[in-house]
Amino acid sequence: MAAVTVLSIRDLKTYFYTQEGVSRAVDGVSYHVIRGETLGVVGESGCGKSVTALSILRLIPSPPGKIVSGEIIFEGHNLMDLPLDKMREIRGNKISMIFQEPLTSLNPVFTIGSQLSKVFILHQNLTKKEAKKKAIEMLSACEMPSPERIMKEYPYQLSGGMRQRAMIAMALGCNSKVLIADEPTTALDVTIQAQILDLTLQLRKEFGMTMILITHNLGIVAKAADRVVVMYAGEKVEEADVFSLFEKPRHPYTIALMKSIPILGRSEKFLKEVKGVVPAPYLEISGCKFADRCPEAMRRCHREKPQLREVEKGHLVACFR
Amino acid sequence: MVMEIQKTKHNWLNKGREYWRGMNLILKNPLTTFGLGIIIILVATALLAPHLAPYPEQGRGMSNLKERLVPPGFRHPFGTDNLGRDILSRIIIGARTSLKAAIAVVLIVIAIGVPLGLIAGYFGGKVDEIIMRFADMILAFPSLLLAIAIVASLGPNLLNALIAISIPWWPWYTRLVRSQVISLKEMQFVESARAIGASRLRIMFRHILPNCLSPVIVQATLDMGYIILSLASLGFLGLGTQPPAADWGVMVSDGREFFLKQWWISTFSGVAIFLTVLAFNLLGDGVREALDPKIRWRFQRK
Amino acid sequence: MLRYIIKRLIWLAFVLLGLCAITFTLSRIIPSDPAASYLGPRPRPEQVEKVRVQLGLDKPLYVQFAYYMRNLVHGDLGESLRTHRPVLQGIWEHLPASLDLMITAIFIALSVGIPLGVLSAKKENTTLDHLTRLFSVANVSVPSFWLAMIFQIVFFRWLGIFPIGGRIDTVVNLVSPIKQITGFYALDALITGNWAALKSTLSHLILPSITLAAYSTGLIARMTRSTMLEVLREDYITTARAYGISEREILFVQALRNALGPTLTTAGLCFAFMLTGTFFVELIFFWPGLGTYTVNAIFLNDYPVIMGITIIMAVFYVVVNLAVDILLAVANPRIRLG
Repeated sequence: MAAVTVLSIRDLKTYFYTQEGVSRAVDGVSYHVIRGETLGVVGESGCGKSVTALSILRLIPSPPGKIVSGEIIFEGHNLMDLPLDKMREIRGNKISMIFQEPLTSLNPVFTIGSQLSKVFILHQNLTKKEAKKKAIEMLSACEMPSPERIMKEYPYQLSGGMRQRAMIAMALGCNSKVLIADEPTTALDVTIQAQILDLTLQLRKEFGMTMILITHNLGIVAKAADRVVVMYAGEKVEEADVFSLFEKPRHPYTIALMKSIPILGRSEKFLKEVKGVVPAPYLEISGCKFADRCPEAMRRCHREKPQLREVEKGHLVACFR
Repeated sequence: MVMEIQKTKHNWLNKGREYWRGMNLILKNPLTTFGLGIIIILVATALLAPHLAPYPEQGRGMSNLKERLVPPGFRHPFGTDNLGRDILSRIIIGARTSLKAAIAVVLIVIAIGVPLGLIAGYFGGKVDEIIMRFADMILAFPSLLLAIAIVASLGPNLLNALIAISIPWWPWYTRLVRSQVISLKEMQFVESARAIGASRLRIMFRHILPNCLSPVIVQATLDMGYIILSLASLGFLGLGTQPPAADWGVMVSDGREFFLKQWWISTFSGVAIFLTVLAFNLLGDGVREALDPKIRWRFQRK
Repeated sequence: MLRYIIKRLIWLAFVLLGLCAITFTLSRIIPSDPAASYLGPRPRPEQVEKVRVQLGLDKPLYVQFAYYMRNLVHGDLGESLRTHRPVLQGIWEHLPASLDLMITAIFIALSVGIPLGVLSAKKENTTLDHLTRLFSVANVSVPSFWLAMIFQIVFFRWLGIFPIGGRIDTVVNLVSPIKQITGFYALDALITGNWAALKSTLSHLILPSITLAAYSTGLIARMTRSTMLEVLREDYITTARAYGISEREILFVQALRNALGPTLTTAGLCFAFMLTGTFFVELIFFWPGLGTYTVNAIFLNDYPVIMGITIIMAVFYVVVNLAVDILLAVANPRIRLG
């Protein structure tokens, strides 16, 4: 089976115009996803991985945010050029999304049932009754006990894990081609995290979706992803399939990440070993953005920006070494 | 030592920068700037009133029966009233009355509200409970109604009107100061003053009071609009400033008898009230938004 | 929930007692002799003395207060010094006219203020937002008595579209009088199918109710804007967008439902405040409601009436406040009351 690219991002730049200056949250990122795979996108918080995801669906709040340039190719169209009503047909319907905070991602004044049904009615031309049936079906697919009761409950009545299951039910019920999961387990209880991750992976396979899994946790990546993109300060610094990345990480940042892989659910230890902080996103930096923290930095790294190069087939690195 | 000096300098610079940024943030909004502009003009007018008014004696109340009810024209840009007095002069002199009265109310309110807030916040416990419950009770009244009832009882004159407006208003300041005091009480410098053995009174007035004064002043400025509107309302009902002194509310009321034909009397004095209150409220709205977009519009009470 | 209501009711009782005490004290510092006012112009001294005893004015203040409270509990607010009619009856007669005005006004305020606030929040910091802000703050700042007079000049004198005041045209009322059922003219006219009267009352209602609504409209618009701004930044709004929900539905259903709480609280308080607003609006539009009744009492120094009205209005205000809080709690299960 040939590898078919489902979605590709080309040279995406998303900037935020704030009081302090222009914050380059995403600064020229490109990646693609192949049908049926799970692409892991890793990086510290604030590296632009979530902003990239929101940019795909053009959900950047504007102002202050703006997608300055770049293309997002999906099913032969550049999503950037679509009028808003066509874009709305893609959101939820062809590309759906799960968010980090199940606490706040569901509307508190509507029941779970009504929120799910609304989306199904909108995208699949179902009647109210059918939508309700489908919602129950999806909730039980997400291993929710007594889905009929859950339908009538409000988000605040459910636990974090349950809420995330409801979000997943909403995403899966749309039969979308691509599922973007933005840190789907980060906000959850440690004990729940593994459950939700397993559920997501299992259902993804069942429904045959392509997934972009955004996380700061390399442990999750190792478990779930087929290919990995590593981001740092709004840029892609390395890309490889999961085996070669873990076997032979090339970028010093990736190596540092590996050294500090947290145990699933214990993210606070993350990146203790890498000294220094990410440069403020509104600073103009001529060289490599990681140079200040890099243990192997050379003179050249501060002056000149390393371009991405292919070191092995499918393994890209932005580093001079 | 050098380090320390640098640090303070840095702090000072930062503070200046912060004020500047706050100012910028406030003035970025054209409407806020507009409000501030009107307030500056108003204050200047009030200060220079006798020099600006074309007929200052008429502004103070002297009648001129030869020129009754003259429509706006060259000699009298806003016309004259039923006693032949130049409306413009009376509005200009009235600006002074209004501002003075409003400042008086603010002072009374601060004089009652701030000490009570200090005491409630500093001592806590039963004292706090009693003061705050009393404040809540006052706030349970619609404030203008209470003010009207008070003046109606005390008798209509300016002093009573000032008292009447202040009584329903001080609890806001008590609440404000109390919350400040409670957070300040635990701060390092207060603790150290206590450790040195400073008396309670000294701590309260020397250490805590100066530190909670700036929000009080900001709040007082923002409340000016409301106070001027209340004063005008009482004046309109004949419960505030008494003739022949110039008061915008009284002038609107005086013009009512004639206003379908001699519209200018009420109209221009009403515009003066409206613009003044508008200016203070625009400024207040802008400041509130700049300080914290989450702060709800405090309920201004009518 | 029940505990909360009980707690609030106990507090309410305290507030009312304090309120009566304050009002009562106020009414007794009045400089003019109530007994003299009771008798009308130039009474004889022995008459005054008799009335003083009759009114209980010779007793100490706290005894008088106890009497007053006893009567109050029995629904007796005393009688007017001028007309010698019970105060409560006077209030009762004038209330429907005021409520007529207030209900129309709050309806106007909500239906103008909420959409304005929503649009303003959606278009934050655009010209539209600035204009809406100017409009709202202007509404809050305008002296209602002046606005009323400007309306009269423009719409009565210049354009001749609306009447200058009153509740209904005198001629219409003679030709096809309104049968009093509820006391609300428009409603009574509608029930009885009295179209001429309905048209007349509505045209009389428009200017005063708009004037009365001005303040609330501005406040509701600002409140709606600021809560909407908060809500629009919430994650669930992003979720709704991510699932292709239309922008209009997001604004007016998903976001507004969440922002409505503070707006409705504001509206409730506005409604209570309107009672004070009626003083000015009714005076200028010759509206025979509570406001006119009060202002006349103030002019005539009729202290039992002033006091009765103050108490009734304060009670109304406190009760509306409580009702709004309870309603909100019932409507939104997330609010924990304590």
